[in-house]
Amino acid sequence: MPGSIKDRAAIVGMGCTKFGELWDRGPTDMIVDATNEALEDAGITIKDVQAVWAGSLFGVGGRLVSEALRLQYKPVTRVENACGSGHEAVRGASYAVAAGIYDICLAIGYEKLKDEGAAGLPGMENRSNTHYQSSMPGVFAMMATRYFHRYGLSPEEGKKMLGKISVKSHKNGALNPKAHLRREITLEQVLGAPIIAWPLGLFDCCGVSDGCAAAVLVRPDMVKKFKNKPVYVKALQICASPTSGRLVTTYDYTHVEEAHQAGIAAYKEAGITNPREEISMAEVHDCFSITEAVTMEDLQFSPRGRVKEDIEAGTFELTGSLPVQPDGGLKCFGHPIGASGIRMLYEPWLQFQGRADKRQIKDPKLALAHNMGNEPYAPVVSVCIVGL
Amino acid sequence: MVGITSYGAYVPWHRMKREDCVKAWGGFAMPGERAVAYYDEDSLTMAVEAGRDCLSDLDPKKIDGLFFATTTSPYKERQCSSIMAFPLDLRPDIRTADINTSLRAGTTALLLAHDTVKAGSAGSVLVACADVRLGAPAGMIEQQIGDGGASLLMGTENVIAEVLGTFSISDELAGTWRGDDDRFIRSGEDRFVMDEAYVKFVPQAMAGVLKKCGLAAKDITKVAFDPPGDPRRHGTAAKQAGFDPAQLQDPYALFLNTGITGCAMAPMMLVAALEDAKPGDVIMVVGSGNGADAMILKVTEAITKLPPRRGTKENIASKVVMSNYNEYLRWREIVPQEAARRPDKQHIRLAAVWRERKELLGLWGIKCRQCGTPQYDNGAATTSPIRVCAVCQAQDDFDDYNFARRKATVFSYTQDNLAAVTDPPASVVLIEFEGGGRAFFDLTDRDPAKVEVGMPVEMTFRKLQYDRGLTNYFWKARPIR
Repeated sequence: MPGSIKDRAAIVGMGCTKFGELWDRGPTDMIVDATNEALEDAGITIKDVQAVWAGSLFGVGGRLVSEALRLQYKPVTRVENACGSGHEAVRGASYAVAAGIYDICLAIGYEKLKDEGAAGLPGMENRSNTHYQSSMPGVFAMMATRYFHRYGLSPEEGKKMLGKISVKSHKNGALNPKAHLRREITLEQVLGAPIIAWPLGLFDCCGVSDGCAAAVLVRPDMVKKFKNKPVYVKALQICASPTSGRLVTTYDYTHVEEAHQAGIAAYKEAGITNPREEISMAEVHDCFSITEAVTMEDLQFSPRGRVKEDIEAGTFELTGSLPVQPDGGLKCFGHPIGASGIRMLYEPWLQFQGRADKRQIKDPKLALAHNMGNEPYAPVVSVCIVGL
Repeated sequence: MVGITSYGAYVPWHRMKREDCVKAWGGFAMPGERAVAYYDEDSLTMAVEAGRDCLSDLDPKKIDGLFFATTTSPYKERQCSSIMAFPLDLRPDIRTADINTSLRAGTTALLLAHDTVKAGSAGSVLVACADVRLGAPAGMIEQQIGDGGASLLMGTENVIAEVLGTFSISDELAGTWRGDDDRFIRSGEDRFVMDEAYVKFVPQAMAGVLKKCGLAAKDITKVAFDPPGDPRRHGTAAKQAGFDPAQLQDPYALFLNTGITGCAMAPMMLVAALEDAKPGDVIMVVGSGNGADAMILKVTEAITKLPPRRGTKENIASKVVMSNYNEYLRWREIVPQEAARRPDKQHIRLAAVWRERKELLGLWGIKCRQCGTPQYDNGAATTSPIRVCAVCQAQDDFDDYNFARRKATVFSYTQDNLAAVTDPPASVVLIEFEGGGRAFFDLTDRDPAKVEVGMPVEMTFRKLQYDRGLTNYFWKARPIR
């Protein structure tokens, strides 16, 4: 029987840079800044850290972190799981302290995208350069096309449903001083915005950002030595796609099977039977509005094909029964690839400490973070549940 | 009996009104439209499409040779016919050759194919020709010429038109030419080119082949030969050779719709003649340029049994008229364009595309022997070969399965304005093939406004990328023409 991570690793401090187009910040700047905040929060120094896991998609490896922090001959491992690299770093650090190999580990995620000189992500190509031409928005747009078709939504109805997701995230992001995009928008603005990849418009897409986030993880028996309220890892499940959805006709392209499976496994690991009732808040991988919509269904927050009802009822608003993206999400906090998975835990961390200011949710118990890499038919999805 | 056993043609979907050239530059507009290869087409892809039309119901594995004729080869050094053998699904143990540089390269290839089969060196040889020539902007040549292709299969079984005889004359006189550094066609003085070359060589070749076959002009049902830039000279040459206007394969049928398609013009006119031919008809085809080639064919009963092809007629009828001349300039990269502000495309990996040539150029996938699922994987990491079944995980227990001729329907799509493409938006579709299998492809020859879930599509061979002298070819989906 596989073991469980539940309550076997605890977060005692976190840090996160402001996300955005950080023209004056290099990767080492961001690594130093996020790490310093996390260490200070935990009340330790870099010398106390015994091992580091670093998540980055385009980064140059763990060596960069060691170099940035001038670590003194410590083990540093760079992990990569596409846009899910952040959670992968947390997984490495959590498992290491759970195994009792180390007492204190640092999980760090970073990405410096804005030095590429061109908008968007590099490397959407295959070995033979015959990959179809669409951008990442296009790949997810095809999920929206299919979702609208399957559930009988006209383009207007579908876009309106998705638009409300973005309006909500912008509302939350406006309250977050570290977010990349900090202004409220109206549904009219969303619907009137230029089309990026039909049917997705500008406001259906997340920001392309620089940023870094870090977490200090320790053995649970050590938590009393730290000043903060410890936040325990309750579940950490990663599900990699067999990538058959683009080959075989059984995949419906209106859900992400890997998210569904990772959710089921995570709920089981955490002992959750009614996620919609038991989860206090969620940070999901809303790279595009349609991704958040189907994720609500994949994670069993909404019944299949009926997320529209919950969106319209305001369920996922900050004031709703299950706030989603209270920090603005990828949509507004921004999406520095490797950092996003850890940023998704930063908001729960602040919420549990009661430090989320205007975004503060009352009495959170369990928070879910959903980190997804790659296309809907070929992703790796991680679901991490943390709580008190 | 040696002769033509099948034919096919290809005309790009896009047409430009000749008056649009005049709107851009002023001057005199010739009547009609000309065909314009889309930005993802070149002479190689168009010849493949013509070849696919020719082979539509035939077994390509029985063909022993492929001759590709063009004056606009995508390569100076590298054989195109050996690339084309993959999309045409020919065997590797065949004779391949590219025949280039002369405007009669198409008929030369046809004569060579005939000689090869007649000599017994091959049972059948496929001739595929196409051209995408460029006249410099603002000139008459730009209006006169057009893009297109033709294909003829020469063989000994089920001959629809028996070759009665051939004749060639050679002369170094160049009516038009392009030197090693020339992108656009150059030409000599009209009167010299027309009167000293065309109007002399063409009748000479006609007389030569008639004499060789023991026939007179009156014995010919239709004479198919390419018109020069000024198509009126076509009639002059025919008259000189003793033909009545009624005997001429109408050059205007093509000229007004496609333009003069370079070395593919005479073969396209021959295809057009065969489309209307009856058993017993005698057809003469002449191709000119630096001399002339001529061939006389006698149509047999077998022509009545050849299933219909798209040929020139259906290809001409299926079209969209371009909205302006600028599109033509962009597709042919005649004027520099601002680069998209997107990450650069990676270089072509020669080893990777070679390794996957069967999957990429031939559109071969697999069918699992255990669960029976057809599969094609144009993946993020690699395009096959598939080693593990995506459905039942069986390993290496597959039969080859070809997708190139299968129809499909659109399962989902996007119109991507962000992707860096020559003619935005990038229309991308996830399609499901009849008989099973699904894959993503770029959608070409489309009106973005008409793309929808459930739309029927078919596969077409296109160029994707030009990088350091290499052209990367692959398949795209297109709405059924």
